[in-house]
Amino acid sequence: MKTVEELERIRKQAQAMTRLREGKETTRIVVGMGTCGIAAGARETLSAIMDELAKRNIQDVVVTQTGCVGLCEQEPIVDVIKPGAAKVTYGKVTKEKARQIVASHIVNGQVVGEWVIASA
Amino acid sequence: MEPAAKSAGVCPAKVSEILAKYSRRPDALVSILHDVQKEAGYLSEEAITEIASGLDIPVSKVYGVATFYTLFSTKPKGQYIIRVCENAPCHVLGAKAIVEALEKELGIPMGGTTSDGKFTLEYTSCLGVCGVAPAIMINEAVYGNLTPERVPLILKEYK
Amino acid sequence: MEFYRSHVLVCGGTPCVLEGCKGVRDALIAEVKRRGLDREVKVVETGCLGPCDLGPVIVVYPEGTLYQKVRVSDVPEIVEQHLLKGRVVTRLVGEAPQAGVVKYEEPTYLGVQERIVLRNCGVIDPESIEEYIARDGYRALAKCLTEMKPADVIEAVKKSGLVGRGGAAFPTGLKWSFTANADADQKYILCNADEGEPGTFKDRLILEGDPHSILEGMAIAGYAVGANKGFIYVRGEYVLSIERLGKAIEQAKALGLLGSNIFGSGFSFDVEIRKGAGAYVCGEETGLIESIEGKRGEPRIKPPYPGTEGLYGKPTVVNNVETIANIPPILLNGPDWFRQFGTERCPGTKVFTLTGDITNKGLIEVPMGITLRRVIYEIGGGIPGGREFKMAQTGGTSGGCLPKELLDVPMDYFTLPEHGSALGSGALLIMDDSHCIVDIAECFMRFFEHESCGKCTPCREGTARLHEIVAKIARGEGKPGDLELLDELGSVMQVSSLCGLGQAAPVPIKTMLKYFRDEFEAHINDRLCPTGTCGI
Repeated sequence: MKTVEELERIRKQAQAMTRLREGKETTRIVVGMGTCGIAAGARETLSAIMDELAKRNIQDVVVTQTGCVGLCEQEPIVDVIKPGAAKVTYGKVTKEKARQIVASHIVNGQVVGEWVIASA
Repeated sequence: MEPAAKSAGVCPAKVSEILAKYSRRPDALVSILHDVQKEAGYLSEEAITEIASGLDIPVSKVYGVATFYTLFSTKPKGQYIIRVCENAPCHVLGAKAIVEALEKELGIPMGGTTSDGKFTLEYTSCLGVCGVAPAIMINEAVYGNLTPERVPLILKEYK
Repeated sequence: MEFYRSHVLVCGGTPCVLEGCKGVRDALIAEVKRRGLDREVKVVETGCLGPCDLGPVIVVYPEGTLYQKVRVSDVPEIVEQHLLKGRVVTRLVGEAPQAGVVKYEEPTYLGVQERIVLRNCGVIDPESIEEYIARDGYRALAKCLTEMKPADVIEAVKKSGLVGRGGAAFPTGLKWSFTANADADQKYILCNADEGEPGTFKDRLILEGDPHSILEGMAIAGYAVGANKGFIYVRGEYVLSIERLGKAIEQAKALGLLGSNIFGSGFSFDVEIRKGAGAYVCGEETGLIESIEGKRGEPRIKPPYPGTEGLYGKPTVVNNVETIANIPPILLNGPDWFRQFGTERCPGTKVFTLTGDITNKGLIEVPMGITLRRVIYEIGGGIPGGREFKMAQTGGTSGGCLPKELLDVPMDYFTLPEHGSALGSGALLIMDDSHCIVDIAECFMRFFEHESCGKCTPCREGTARLHEIVAKIARGEGKPGDLELLDELGSVMQVSSLCGLGQAAPVPIKTMLKYFRDEFEAHINDRLCPTGTCGI
């Protein structure tokens, strides 16, 4: 290695790769993966979110799953929690809607109001 | 699992090859002894003489080093060397009972080798796995959280 | 580089390896693939996570859930429930203080801990140089080579107040300055990884969990003192450490972080591994040097000290693994940052290994000066089986034994010696009230008799006689005057032995005589063991 810049470049790349272990405050997307959620297609929803994030090279978002929250008829349910903002819960999130949520809410900060079922 | 002892000795050509790998440097003696023992299972008189003449140092010096370190042996040992830790952290958590169980199961005292040449039982320095004491090492495999009841089950894997 | 929504870290430290973590890792990889999650979930083998008696341990991120005693048969459930459905498998989380999830970031076990030395252990994949670099790895080296003069580096280490963590507590910066000031065509950096003190396994877990931190620290030391060659002397028993170090050296060379002209600075540095062959005394720095030179590892007469006349007669810095692991963060963050941890006289943290009769056995890193009471009861979870604390031996078998009256003494390199003990390597052996003092003393003395190298008479004869006398007392053959004899012999050994081995061998017995004399007397005078456990 001949320059410090070279080290810096590797560091930035590698940090993106390990960021989710650092436990820092970041945007979280939570997908309901209870039996009802999976039955309603939450697997595809989750995959679509992952795919869309990867396509857009977004690496500072944490994607996790949760169990059934008791709103089974609204599944698949997706929560978006941005640091310092209220939790936004979307219902009946198909894979197409999921991609839209990433584009609109995550990237541009625009909540997709018509699909929101709760906000707290 | 690599058997600890393959044959009674090691051929001079092999010793020569190992010496060449270290450019016949006397300061590589510890590494050379490691390699020769790995090959032969122990450091025989012939091997020690061969190493001494190859490095152009006295036999007494090679023998002195070979007998200083506990990982080296100048006598043949069993195929599986069972090293038992009886240092304080293992002692506190019941290593004595493990020693007794091993002696009973193998029918040999500490320091002995079974008549079929399969097992050698000896004490070791601290294995550094005190978080799961008491512990033993069989060749390169370490076993922790031992109870006398587990001893026969572990030995079964090697019998 | 791939982006994953979840990382599953499997502890690959030796204690977990021997409890079967490899099988668990393989099963996880297979199951994750089978469920089609392999593009979303990454399985990483990492260094020791700390709670060794709970192995195999795995941590699932981003939640930071710590699962313990995981078996291969548990893997499908973890994948199905947690990785797929996001439900924590509570039965594998262990006894959480409050119901629900134990987060790796905040369990009581890690509550009081400060991680400098273990900053990467259990967080990164030790076989990935990229993950080390992601956590600011090699930035300290870059800073030293491009922004600092060698003298500035030594000054920073001096200012930090770092003292040697192998046990002798010699100021590291001062040690470096001796070698820096020596005039020679060749100088060496030696990393002492011959961790033989019973009850100590911190160096092993640092080497296994974060090998690059040692390479970086050694390179910085090399730059500071003008050495271009380093050796790591590792115990022959530490198979995994040797393997991981070997890989790390290859990776660092491939990226040009070791080798010639690092960062275009003109500074070159290479590291080689030397494997020990089983001799406790080689942990003594001159014994270690003799061993690297291919001789019996018998300590040399000092002076001259290695700083000016060491390996092959050349000026040589010998530092312990933990000492070296402190170097990169000190240089990167500055001495003032380091001094905010620990005490005025003894800044920084200390890695302790908790063993014996304690609920949470394993590895912890806490600020220097913490009390034994906090370590045992706040971090260690107290004494198991409803028994009472009897004594703790600090600093390994060559350290002293402290009774419950001394539970509140701050543990650092200067305070413990005032009570006849030592901080040493940081091994803490906790013993409950079921143990007989004489039985334990015999175990300690047997160790020193075996490990004495025989070069000097006080140690060769002294360790044998100490063991002989204690063994007699244990058999019920002790006689009046034995205890006085032990005291006197110990004092002679402390002042006349050639190296630390003979000087430290009487320490445990002297402290036991000081704090538990009545128990020895009961064995001699009444032929009776007060605990009724030693079979007298």
